[in-house]
Amino acid sequence: MLSPEIYALLFKALLDTLQMVAVSGLLGTALGLPIGVLLAVTGRGELLQNLTFNRVVGAVVNMTRSTPFIILVVAIIPFTRLVAGTSIGTTAAIVPLTVAAVPFIARIVEGAVREVDRGLIEAAQAMGATPFQIIVKVLLPEAMPAIALGLTLSVVSLIGYSAMVGAVGGGGLGDLGIRYGYQRFLPEVMLAVVVVLIVLVQIVQSTGDWIARRVNKRNLKS
Amino acid sequence: MITFEHLQKTYPARGTGAPVQALADIDLTVERGEIYGIIGRSGAGKSTLLRTVNLLEKPTSGRVLVDGVDMTSLSARELREARHSIGMIFQHFNLLSSRTVFDNVALPLELAGVGKAKIREAVEPLLDLVGLTDKRDRYPAELSGGQKQRVGIARALASKPKVLLSDEATSALDPETTTQILHLLADINRRLGLTIVLITHEIAVIKEICHKVAVMEGGRIIEQGPVFDVFAHPKHPTTHTFVDPVINRGIPDALRGRLSATEVPGSNMVLRITFTGERATSPVISAISRKLNLDLNIWHGQIDEIQGAPFGTLVVEAIGNPQSIEAAISLLKVNKLGVEVLGYAVPGNLRAAV
Repeated sequence: MLSPEIYALLFKALLDTLQMVAVSGLLGTALGLPIGVLLAVTGRGELLQNLTFNRVVGAVVNMTRSTPFIILVVAIIPFTRLVAGTSIGTTAAIVPLTVAAVPFIARIVEGAVREVDRGLIEAAQAMGATPFQIIVKVLLPEAMPAIALGLTLSVVSLIGYSAMVGAVGGGGLGDLGIRYGYQRFLPEVMLAVVVVLIVLVQIVQSTGDWIARRVNKRNLKS
Repeated sequence: MITFEHLQKTYPARGTGAPVQALADIDLTVERGEIYGIIGRSGAGKSTLLRTVNLLEKPTSGRVLVDGVDMTSLSARELREARHSIGMIFQHFNLLSSRTVFDNVALPLELAGVGKAKIREAVEPLLDLVGLTDKRDRYPAELSGGQKQRVGIARALASKPKVLLSDEATSALDPETTTQILHLLADINRRLGLTIVLITHEIAVIKEICHKVAVMEGGRIIEQGPVFDVFAHPKHPTTHTFVDPVINRGIPDALRGRLSATEVPGSNMVLRITFTGERATSPVISAISRKLNLDLNIWHGQIDEIQGAPFGTLVVEAIGNPQSIEAAISLLKVNKLGVEVLGYAVPGNLRAAV
């Protein structure tokens, strides 16, 4: 079985992963949510149609999303160093994770907001709502079930990405798996890492599903 | 209360298509406290017309005056302010699924920046008015269609509007629920003196609660007036297609087969007599029959009520000498009844020859 030292390493790696995912997830949401809403409401025929803004932001989002994550990590090293002061370690890994999370979450939020029934926007306009009120009181609450599911998906993706930053000295479970499980030929460590990741993803997904069900008032039985 | 002046709306051409004229020179006045119905088939422009009242549709030219204010001249801020006094209800209710009944009704007040205590004061009587006090903490998904529309009505009334716009509000409801919702609207109109403009494709809705009606086709108003007059004397063919089924101006097919357009020997004249208003209750028919020694064989008849006034049609075969029949027709006219010669009833043994 695993030695106590390995258990300690595993625990430390789990904490690192949780830290990276939590911080990049929160930052990604804080930036991605407003960008997603803006993408949704500036589209053609939408509330605040602004096609120039929509195309420019859309293009930037697409560029980031089409870059493979491992390449993104390497490509933005100067930026990472600027923000985090270093380009290796767990804190530094948060920077590329956040940069990847923002456009991902933005597209998910955009999709969720676009799905809101146009009749609700019309009703709010008829009540004399400002565009800002429509976003805050109508679009976001109505899109919340889809946003909750989308954020769950984003966190699961971030867990996967966080395993990759181990390759550039990011720490965390992926790093542990590669250094101990792969490079030192300790298959039991690799197995332990994979099991912990599976359990982690499972917990995140179940929690996300539960939250999405809680905020969804559309399928209540009378 | 609402005046449309030379209102036009043209949608610009899309792709290779031609521009679409949705509204062509609409002139219409809705008086304070009236229930004004606008009827037309889909694509007639009625929905566009309704949406110009609160400027959800911006007219291409012309003016819309609501309580003396030209809606088309307002700034964005003034328009939002003006919209607080125009309530609107929708075919698909457009309730927020994430809000309870109470919070849905409270929404317009929240948007207007009204405080929590005042919102409660305003919303509770409204829930009572629409009979949903016991559902205040339910979500729309837990309600029936009729209950959802009641929430919609309460929400539309929350900001104490002067005008209520109804966009096919009963079209998604079953007939029984439709009647209940219409009665609720009529009740609100009476109690609050609220001006209601409704659009519908169902003539029964017009007949049930409207005081006045406008018939639309191809972006134009082809006929308008008090509901009773339009029902009793429809002029435009499209109006006929709407009105005829409900007041049953037609005659049964079996009898239609006995009708000839021209006089043939041995045939009797068939008349349609229309009664309007209090005349319907006068025993004119039997008086004529007695006085002129004329047999009036009743083929078909119906008495209906439009806006509380009786309206009836009677199809009769007049059996007697031509002079008596002529005298009967003029007597009916003197009594202000509508008379129309439908044709001649062919006796059974001659029918094959016609």
